[in-house]
Amino acid sequence: MLTKRIIPCLDIKDGRTVKGTNFIQLRDAGDPVELAMRYCDEGADELVFLDITATIEKRKTLASLVHSIATHINIPFTVGGGIYSLEDVSILLENGADKVSVNTAAVKRPALISEIAGQFGSQCLVLAVDTNYINEEWMVSTHGGREITALKTLEWVKLVAELGAGEILLTSMTSDGTKAGFSLEITRQVANAINIPVIASGGAGTMKDFADVFIQGEADAALAASVFHFSEIAIPDLKKYLAKQNIPVRQ
Amino acid sequence: MSLVIIKYNAGNIRSVLFALERIGIYAEVTDDADKIISADRVIFPGVGEASTAMAYLRERNLDKLIRDLKQPVLGICLGMQLLCHHSEENNVDCLGVFENRVKKFADPSFKVPQVGWNTISQLKGPLFENIRENEYAYFVHSYYAELNADTIARTEYGSNFSAAISKNNFYGVQFHPEKSAGAGEQILKNFLSLS
Repeated sequence: MLTKRIIPCLDIKDGRTVKGTNFIQLRDAGDPVELAMRYCDEGADELVFLDITATIEKRKTLASLVHSIATHINIPFTVGGGIYSLEDVSILLENGADKVSVNTAAVKRPALISEIAGQFGSQCLVLAVDTNYINEEWMVSTHGGREITALKTLEWVKLVAELGAGEILLTSMTSDGTKAGFSLEITRQVANAINIPVIASGGAGTMKDFADVFIQGEADAALAASVFHFSEIAIPDLKKYLAKQNIPVRQ
Repeated sequence: MSLVIIKYNAGNIRSVLFALERIGIYAEVTDDADKIISADRVIFPGVGEASTAMAYLRERNLDKLIRDLKQPVLGICLGMQLLCHHSEENNVDCLGVFENRVKKFADPSFKVPQVGWNTISQLKGPLFENIRENEYAYFVHSYYAELNADTIARTEYGSNFSAAISKNNFYGVQFHPEKSAGAGEQILKNFLSLS
C-alpha cells in the first residue's frame, strides 16, 4: 500500500540551515548535509530544502550545496526558493535535486508551470501554494503570506494541476508557526479538487496533528520544520504513532 | 568492472550516477554503441514520455542495440517500461524484450501519478538478495507493466502490477532504487554482482 510521507523542511540561508536545532549528536547543527543525513537515518521519506538567501550573488552557492546533498542522501529531495526560470530549474536538477518547488514565479507567470513540466516532466515540479484565510475565503498569497493575491486557492490549484504540476505543497499561512495543527478543511478541499498528491504544511505541533491531516485533511504527505528540528517530535516515534492509528507509513 | 548508463533524451540520469557514487561505483554516461556493447553492466534509466524516448532510440539505432545486449541490463522506471512490448503512453511499440504491456493507472479513486513509498512483495531471484519481503521502495509513475511470468516483484496501487521483471540477462524495476534508501542501494549492489 502507498504510504503517507513525512517530510522535514530545512530553511537554507547562504548555504547554512537557518534555524538552530538541539540535535546534540550533530557536529555542526548548521550544516544542511549533516542534518539531512540525520533525517534520512531517522526515516524521513523525503526532504525539502527552502533557500531563503537574499542576494543573487550568494544564491550561487546553492548549486554546490545541492550537489553535496545529492552525493550524501539516498531519498528524494526537493529544492525551492527563488526559482524563476527554466535555467534555474536546470541547474538544480543537474546538481542532483529530484524536484523543484516553485511559488511566486508561477503566480506571476502561470505559463512557467507548463514550460517546466514540458521540459523536465511533471514529476519534478512541486507547486508551492501559500494560502491565507481572509474574509471567509482561502486566498493565495506570496512573499511568505505578506502579499495576498486575487486568486482563490481552489481555483488556483485546479489550474496549476491542469498546467502540469506534479504535486501541490499547500502551506496554510494562517496556521504556519502556530503549532495548533494543520488547516484541515482547506487541505481536504484541495486534496479532493485535484488528482495529484497534496503535501500539507503549516501548523504541525503534535503527533495527533499529523494523524488529523492524513485522515481528516486527506493529505498524501505532511511537511514540518521546527517540531523536527527541535526534537519535539522524533520521526520514528511519529511513524509508530501513525501506524497505530492504521495510517500506512514506511517503517 | 565497467558500467555504463545509456544516455538518451530522458531525465533523472544524474540521480543514478549520484547513487552509484554513494556506493563507490564509477559509471560512464554514454550513447556510444561500442562502449555500451563492451560494458560489463548496462543501466537504462529514465523519467519521461515513452513515445518521444522510443523515437529518439530508433533514430540512433539504439533500439536494436539494447535488445541485443548480452550482459546484465537494468531498466529503471521509464527504462523498464521501454523494455516492454507496448505502452499505452501515446500508444507506442517499445523494445519488446518483455511481453508485458504498459498501461495507464485507470482507477479514479487513486491519484496519478503514484508518488511515494510503496511495498514490493513476492520477491524472486538474485536482484532481491538480502531484501526483506514487503520492503519499501520509492515510486513516481503514471503507467505500469502488467503482471506476467517474468514478474519478480509486485506492488499494489489500485491493482497489482510488476514492480520488477526479469528475463535472461534483462532486469527492470518500476521503482527508483537510486532513491529508495538503503534497500535501493542493496538492489543496485545486487545488480552489479549478478553472475
